[in-house]
Amino acid sequence: MTRNVKLRIWRGDSTDGGLQDVQVEANTGEVVLDVIHRVQATQMGDLAVRWNCKAGKCGSCSMEINGKPRLACMTQVASFGDEEVITVTPLRAFPVIKDLVTDVSFNYKKAMEIPAYEHPQNLGPGEARMEQIDVERSQEFRNCIECFLCQDVCHVVRDHEENKKSFAGPRFFIRIAELDMHPLDTLKNRKRTAQEEHGLGMCNITKCCTEICPQHIRITDNGIIPMKERVVDTKYDPVRWLGSKIRKREGIV
Amino acid sequence: MSELERHSYDVVVIGAGGAGLRAAVEAREAGLRVAIICKSLFGKAHTVMAEGGAAASMGNANEKDNWMVHFRDTMRGGKFLSHYRMAELHAKEAPDRIWELEMWGALFDRTKAGKISQRNFGGHEYPRLAHVGDRTGLELIRTMQQKIVALQQKDGRDTGDMESGIKVFAELTITDILKENGRVSGAYGYWRESGEEVAFQAPAVVIATGGVGKTFKVTSNSWEGTGDGHALALKAGANLVDMEFLQFHPTGMVWPPSVRGILVTESVRGEGGVLTNSDGKRFMFNYIPEVFKDKYADNEAEADRWYEDQDNNRRPPELLPRDEVARAINSEVKAGRGGEHGGIYLDVSKRLSAEVIKKKLPSMWHQFFELAGVDITKEAMEVGPTCHYIMGGVEVDPDTAAAVGVPGLFAAGEVAGGMHGSNRLGGNSLSDLLVFGRRAGIGAVEYVKNNPANPVSDSAIAAAASKIQAPFNREGGENSYALHAELQEITQDLVGIIRTGSELKEAITKIAQIRQRSANVAVAGGRKFNPGFHLAFDLDNMLLVAESTAKSAIAREESRGGHTRDDFPVMSDKWRQVNHISSFDGSQISVRTQVLPNMPKELFDLFDIHELEKYMTSEEVSKGGSK
Repeated sequence: MTRNVKLRIWRGDSTDGGLQDVQVEANTGEVVLDVIHRVQATQMGDLAVRWNCKAGKCGSCSMEINGKPRLACMTQVASFGDEEVITVTPLRAFPVIKDLVTDVSFNYKKAMEIPAYEHPQNLGPGEARMEQIDVERSQEFRNCIECFLCQDVCHVVRDHEENKKSFAGPRFFIRIAELDMHPLDTLKNRKRTAQEEHGLGMCNITKCCTEICPQHIRITDNGIIPMKERVVDTKYDPVRWLGSKIRKREGIV
Repeated sequence: MSELERHSYDVVVIGAGGAGLRAAVEAREAGLRVAIICKSLFGKAHTVMAEGGAAASMGNANEKDNWMVHFRDTMRGGKFLSHYRMAELHAKEAPDRIWELEMWGALFDRTKAGKISQRNFGGHEYPRLAHVGDRTGLELIRTMQQKIVALQQKDGRDTGDMESGIKVFAELTITDILKENGRVSGAYGYWRESGEEVAFQAPAVVIATGGVGKTFKVTSNSWEGTGDGHALALKAGANLVDMEFLQFHPTGMVWPPSVRGILVTESVRGEGGVLTNSDGKRFMFNYIPEVFKDKYADNEAEADRWYEDQDNNRRPPELLPRDEVARAINSEVKAGRGGEHGGIYLDVSKRLSAEVIKKKLPSMWHQFFELAGVDITKEAMEVGPTCHYIMGGVEVDPDTAAAVGVPGLFAAGEVAGGMHGSNRLGGNSLSDLLVFGRRAGIGAVEYVKNNPANPVSDSAIAAAASKIQAPFNREGGENSYALHAELQEITQDLVGIIRTGSELKEAITKIAQIRQRSANVAVAGGRKFNPGFHLAFDLDNMLLVAESTAKSAIAREESRGGHTRDDFPVMSDKWRQVNHISSFDGSQISVRTQVLPNMPKELFDLFDIHELEKYMTSEEVSKGGSK
């Protein structure tokens, strides 16, 4: 079955831009990315949009659809009413390059600031033994497809460019959590650096990131909150604080 | 015009999927300066789409497994057309490559004893695939992406600049490999974002650009699979080997139309999923080929028992190599026993509980629920063949991954040929990336030691630059989107899963016509992030690849692995002895035969002689391998 869809697409670049109305055919089962591609092939040959897998696995086609950060490949056209206008705009938290494509280099810079995994020195190839139940906690976070929708929706940076310097964002909090919960990682103080260097404290747990995550990762409940609790435990527990001073031990392990 | 952006490196790696990143790690760890070039954002490469796992005979699930069993499985999966040396290196080195990933932070699923868990897959005698649910490729690429960052952090500590030793150039397309004096001197391309051009000077270039799926209409590949590396290598003077062998994965989604072709992982069958036709019959029992009769169960009772007792039962035929399953599905549908939307049914809901399905196949559950409205814990999926992988690729030296005929050029991963023969086993791709990605890295390091920088000439740059500008200078020419769609129709209909001589002939003529028209592609809009402009270059690559495939396919008058000729339905021992070599003279592809190297005696002796008799001439068998 074919129907006509009214699309409103943001077109422009860093200097100027605005919404443009187009009408395009949509077939049964099609997603927003399909109709954007049809517009591209038939009406706007130079319409810029990122995409790769079209199966919700690579996290490339992130954009805002009727104001909500989503993957265009996983958003069914049929989820909108017959007369409803579908408005597609670029991610708001990142600078526009052109049309629906934004400059997401912020995320790659933050990725480089998170200290890498450190393998135990005495553990050679094939010697690691881990229980399934222990790897599952980190595996949840490793489901992340780096679509950066959580980074886009997070109100700490969404309209506050000035916070970007000191705030890594939800994607990188779960990266830290993943390493922190990794059964073998030997680097200490991950939670403390999350707090002191990556802005964990700026998150006030509104859970927008969790709601938006296309991989259904419980970013806040399983990643951010446990880290916050442990940071609070050790930072403000007088006995542990004293212990860390007297015995020169790491306060947080 | 602003001044040209130039960079100088020891090694330029084109492609940031598994093979490219593994090559980059190796070259950097040897102290070289490396540029990694990716067509999309870093970490989005097609490797991410790999679901089932990476094959490596670690023996964690069945201790009888070892490299020799893996080698045998690979050779027979490829119908004895694989380059024996590549299959040997791959089988021997895959376990080390998996363990290495674990030492870089990868978290594979575990066995009860805490080792890396291994799952069953088509054509593998024992459970062999290291996996993370059904998102193994994501784990692999993320681990290597993070390993690159770890290396950058080390460089940062040593030099104060994290990008001093290894730099990622994301969203950059390479349009030419540059050569001076017969050797590689660098690469030339443009930033997708700005359209600005970039010249790289480097004595060694590693091509790791993946596959060609976008040449076809129904494919599991992302937009990036446009055969760039195949075409770059051809234009640089390298050869492609056995381009007629394309893998049609038996199970792609078929409904709704917009998701047609998206992969349904073989793990569904590995975990116990069965294939049925519209009569509700498990039809695979009718499609066990003669060469596999001793290894696959011919009745349901035995097939079902195998899941519990693999020592005393033969495997279910759903786990035959992919070429066999894809052909079987095709035949069932042609015989009118297909499902509602022209596929057949794949059902895992009857063997596994909803909880186990969601745990072992989470992204399949998600994919069907969100895109097709099907709950796979309760009902069957409808599936059909989809263009998935190309066995053919750049002809390389097995040990060093050096491209034959072009000093300084290396190729690894899907873009390289030889390893998988006429058909790749599932799970052998992720391990291939790691094994030969590393070997390409080592190959480049050794080459650079003896071959310092080879300066890029102004004339080479001018020639490369004029090609990029050309489509902007034309007005009212052809539309690249429309030409791409036409090409996809031709390959799908005439060079697809079942081929005939007359259709291939027609395809060759039509592809040539499109290529003529593509020389007149015009681009609307400017250079800045302009997909129409990007596609113009991808199209050029796809046309060369399609020509190579069609010409190799018409030459091979037999059916083997991923090449099925309706007019030559039988596998021939004579044809097993030859590879098809494609080369490009600047205007068209020519294909010639080349004799396949013989297995040495120690590998030959790993096989039961009666099995080899099914594939080889009596002369070859009596010779007993090369000395």
